[in-house]
Amino acid sequence: MTVEPFETFRAPALPFAGINVDTDQILPARFLSKPRAGGFGQYLFHDLRFDENGVEREGFVLNQPGYRKTRILVGEENFACGSSRENAVWAIADYGYRVVVASSFGDIFFSNSLKNGLLPVVLPAEATTALIATLSREPGAMIEVDLEAQTLTSPEGVVYSFDIDPFSKHCLLKGIDELDYTLSQMDRIDEFERRRAESQGLSA
Amino acid sequence: MSSGPRPVAMTMLDKIWAQHSILERADGQTLLYVDRHLIHDGYAPAFEFLQARQLRPRSPQQTFGTPDHYVPTDGRIVERIASAERRDMVKSLVENANDYGITLFELSDRRQGIVHVIGPEQGISQPGMTIVCADSHTSTHGALGALAFGVGMTQATQVLATQTLWQRKPKSMRISVEGELGFGVTAKDIILAIIRKIGPAGAVGHVIEYAGSTIRGLSMEGRLTICNMSIEAGARAGMIAPDETTYAYVKGRNYAPAEGEAWDRAVANWSRITTDPDAVFDREVTLDAGEIAPMVTWGTSLEDVAPIDGNVPDPEAAATVERRDGMSKALAYMGLSPGTPLAEISVDRVFIGSCTNGRIEDLRSAAAVVKGRSVHPGVEAWVVPGSGLVKEQAEAEGLDGIFLEAGFQWREAGCSLCLGTNGETVAAGARCASTSNRNFVGRQGRGARTHLMSPSMAAAAAVTGRLTDVRQLQTGE
Repeated sequence: MTVEPFETFRAPALPFAGINVDTDQILPARFLSKPRAGGFGQYLFHDLRFDENGVEREGFVLNQPGYRKTRILVGEENFACGSSRENAVWAIADYGYRVVVASSFGDIFFSNSLKNGLLPVVLPAEATTALIATLSREPGAMIEVDLEAQTLTSPEGVVYSFDIDPFSKHCLLKGIDELDYTLSQMDRIDEFERRRAESQGLSA
Repeated sequence: MSSGPRPVAMTMLDKIWAQHSILERADGQTLLYVDRHLIHDGYAPAFEFLQARQLRPRSPQQTFGTPDHYVPTDGRIVERIASAERRDMVKSLVENANDYGITLFELSDRRQGIVHVIGPEQGISQPGMTIVCADSHTSTHGALGALAFGVGMTQATQVLATQTLWQRKPKSMRISVEGELGFGVTAKDIILAIIRKIGPAGAVGHVIEYAGSTIRGLSMEGRLTICNMSIEAGARAGMIAPDETTYAYVKGRNYAPAEGEAWDRAVANWSRITTDPDAVFDREVTLDAGEIAPMVTWGTSLEDVAPIDGNVPDPEAAATVERRDGMSKALAYMGLSPGTPLAEISVDRVFIGSCTNGRIEDLRSAAAVVKGRSVHPGVEAWVVPGSGLVKEQAEAEGLDGIFLEAGFQWREAGCSLCLGTNGETVAAGARCASTSNRNFVGRQGRGARTHLMSPSMAAAAAVTGRLTDVRQLQTGE
């Protein structure tokens, strides 16, 4: 669970139109038993990306030359809803994405992303619509993300601000794992547990 | 606890949250104490993370496991699971549970079943608790008056190691359903009607408390069905205030507080966690139960749902361009044309089961429709009980005989056709009437077409070979 520190970067972005894209589309369930070590990037959007014979579908956005090397994914409302499978985040991150932009996310996916060094950015729907339009018109167009300043700059130079929890921001910037911090609080947890047992009359 | 006046009226969410809050971080996230951690055969990565960090489960006595996602429903022997990958997932759970002293209901144990069926069934899930599991349908357990939600594998690893979780407190939303349900209308129809009203992202960032006379009138099993699909409305969790129905359900179960002093103390604690009368929710939604009809989904998102007496809708009539495009794609995938009566859509498969509708009352309501009828020629119909004990109970009541005589397959407990992780899937292009919870593209198998509905509606589809208004087959009582 080591996480690479997040630095400001500029990268080509993928326009992924459609609302309510569920995690079954991002990573079909039959790949859930694959080992983590093998990587999940190869299965990203598998059934949209490949036909029944494993041949790439020409019409799918990620298979088009200008989008293959994208590193920022721009979706729409309720992106990655549904199943809690963290494998959906692993598939996106393993493929090479560092940022996912949407107007809203499935709650569990949002939280899973932060824990894997994948930055989820919430922008207003008008912004994601505009970004998708630009990226669709100009394959390979670049977006810049500055986590420190909490800004995202569109290919045309429009600057959008976004919110992020200060703690998550700190962890992403430094590549810190949240579990280490939690483990440093074990005394508090033990004490809480004792008090809770007492208040419920579970111990003498 | 002091008995002084409360400064602010609190919701059930507020109270359970406050009781489990260990500390708050500067950014407003709370370290929440986890009472119960339910684990399943998808946990191999969590144990690998734990071991890579040289950590051990901190509270194995608060952790309960059962294999459900990768188990076959035509046999109970792990070694006979054909796929090595799936077999290893089940074996990893068994080995880790044994190594760390975690209570496990193994495949060969009659108490094995879907994790969200056995938690309540065993009395592991109780009112007032925080309950987590790396599965989005953990919201099911909220029906008992608990705060229960799904987490990812990294979070599950932290729960194993510390019995805690960092969470930002969600907003609160109350959905009140009032009035009497119409004939043939079930809990499944209520939750589908709720999602139709608020949309699949309608409750993102919220915990839903279901309330109102209709909800209070439901059995515990109906409440479990409602809370189960909270995630399909985008909610973090769903919950229902504990009441006499809840206490009667929990009492006497294996892991419930022992009758006598412990039980009385527990009920006293539980009765205090309900929402104060003057508490304010961030959002309120109301539904009239009398307006809810038996529902079916026709598309590939939970918003694609309609009463069975309706028609496949026309994308051209959609309110937005995005919705029109989404509907067109869904209809193409589903092989349906606008204007087709829903009750004319023929089915190839029927699946009665899952954490949504795999409990005994679900099987009873399906059997009541099937009794004296036969599965339509050409339809393959399955009943997959939610647990070994549900199966036993059904057999004691003779329900297995009703299903078998009609031509259903009567199978062993597991997640099975809900998501096909165990290899049991619906073929590409085939259409399945299913009591599960998601109609997503490929959910039941690559290219499979899913129509979600209640157990009695699925039973009706099995005997007629098409989506059917179950009220036409029921006589009423």
